[in-house]
Amino acid sequence: MNIEELKIKISEIAPSITYEESGEMLNLFIEASEFKDFAQVIFNDNSLSFDYMFCLTCVDWKTHLTMVYHLESTKHRHIVVIKSKLERENPEIETVCDIWRTAELLEREVYELFGVRFINHPDLRRLLLTDDFEGWPLRKDFEDEVNMIKL
Amino acid sequence: MDVNNPDIKQEPFPGNVHPTASGGFLVTKLDDVINWARSNSLWPLVFGTSCCAIEMMSTASAKYDWSRFGFEVARATPRQADVIIIAGTIVNKMAPVLKRLYDQMPDPKYVIAMGACATSGGPFFYNTYSVVKGADHVIPVDVYVAGCPPRPEALLHALISLQHKIQAGGKREKMFIEKYSDNVDVNKLHQK
Repeated sequence: MNIEELKIKISEIAPSITYEESGEMLNLFIEASEFKDFAQVIFNDNSLSFDYMFCLTCVDWKTHLTMVYHLESTKHRHIVVIKSKLERENPEIETVCDIWRTAELLEREVYELFGVRFINHPDLRRLLLTDDFEGWPLRKDFEDEVNMIKL
Repeated sequence: MDVNNPDIKQEPFPGNVHPTASGGFLVTKLDDVINWARSNSLWPLVFGTSCCAIEMMSTASAKYDWSRFGFEVARATPRQADVIIIAGTIVNKMAPVLKRLYDQMPDPKYVIAMGACATSGGPFFYNTYSVVKGADHVIPVDVYVAGCPPRPEALLHALISLQHKIQAGGKREKMFIEKYSDNVDVNKLHQK
């Protein structure tokens, strides 16, 4: 499916989704509360069949956080980018590691760097940093008096 | 790097042979012989934490071939290594590992800090929470190499400089004098 066809199909599934017209991939915004159900549908749907997650990350916009999911279908070879806005205070979103297994480690990474809590994640703890590390280092307002030399 | 370059002094064996009718005596200092032997057979530890390691591998490869100077026996265990080339960024989590590797190396042991990250933190000096600002915060360093990453020639120069340093008994002043001048007063250097 090309981008226009994808857009029509996805609008049928979830009418509340908004789109962003930029870049070569289809960007869509979804409410965090609707995200999990939507993810399950586009994974199971035969004509969409997004069975491959190749990127899961987060962006700190200072006013809010944005979760970014890159999905691809190995059958149809189409790509979609799903974005979801989260509050900066106590960001929470449902985990998708039961749909895409690779999300388990990626969500742990986002948790350790941005402090996003993934609901129902089986093993949500720090991934690369030491277990006693404090703070979310990839947030823009992160301060570390001991290690950081500010420029 | 050309081995026939006259600027690179191939260190002769330290000592003089006094010929006699049945052969000869070798007159030398034991310290000099030991340092000569040590400097010509430095076994590096296989240790690379980022892109500098690629240049280090290139230095070991046939094109640059550090085995010409006695470095070919790269060891994967610190217990058999003489020199550790810190090829890459040292992060806070890696620092205790580096310290432990250094502690496990038998004496005498030497350290080369290769590249900007290992000497000062380099591109990660500012606004980074995870990087050690120079490997010399963790272990003592003998030779620093500039570059990001340094070219293989620079690493070879560092390795040869380390050999000069060992042959000079580990004294920088002595190494400096032997290399550049006959008329430098060691005491004056100390006063600086």
